[in-house]
Amino acid sequence: MISVLHLARTAYLEILAEAWRVYPLEACGLLVGPGGSNSITQFHPVHNAAESSRVFTLDSLGYMKAERAADDAGLEVLGVLHSHTHTSAYPSPTDVAEATQPLVPTTWRWAIVSLAWGYPELRSFVISDNQESPTAGIAEESVVLSD
Amino acid sequence: MSETASSTVTVRLPTVLRPQANGQSTVELSGATVGEVVTALVSEYPGLKTNILDDDGNVRKFVNVYVNDEDIRFLDKLDTPVEAGAEVAILPAVAGG
Repeated sequence: MISVLHLARTAYLEILAEAWRVYPLEACGLLVGPGGSNSITQFHPVHNAAESSRVFTLDSLGYMKAERAADDAGLEVLGVLHSHTHTSAYPSPTDVAEATQPLVPTTWRWAIVSLAWGYPELRSFVISDNQESPTAGIAEESVVLSD
Repeated sequence: MSETASSTVTVRLPTVLRPQANGQSTVELSGATVGEVVTALVSEYPGLKTNILDDDGNVRKFVNVYVNDEDIRFLDKLDTPVEAGAEVAILPAVAGG
């Protein structure tokens, strides 16, 4: 079954703006929407504490502020977005390792926007722990823009 | 007296840990240090323990603990004192490549 992630157009534009704003460093932030849904209605940019073009670390205070804003709006953090500046919009081995650590919800979306080809390519994945092969735990979902 | 007095503080939990704390986003607890507050937290909600602390009782590497917006790694770690009304935030370290 192929799942679908509905991404608000406004959130999509904010993702692109943040990705290009911090380029050539990796951008990152949190995807927010109604709890338990497949809808991302807000994007909250968070400072990349690693300040790197290869890796990202969500700044903890930024994480806290975004989660608090989501709480106040009656919404939930449903996933994380980051940019790839030199590679395609597909989870790296580092992404898979980090996505399967215990404090990352297994339901989280890992959306990746690649700027490697000079134009943005956005894809979204759910990443689960798979002992047989890291890539076997990567499930892509379709991203559909919504108003 | 003041150095050992227990203070009531607010502990803020990330979404992922709330199910193990009866769905609460914040919990009121007492302690004189961050370590005492965390001990009180995991004794009241035992399901949180292995998510926050390792077998030696240290904060796991993928967990960040902040007191009033300051990382305890740059303060006195679990010995960091807390005052009444302080906010202790448990935060997941989210990273990737």
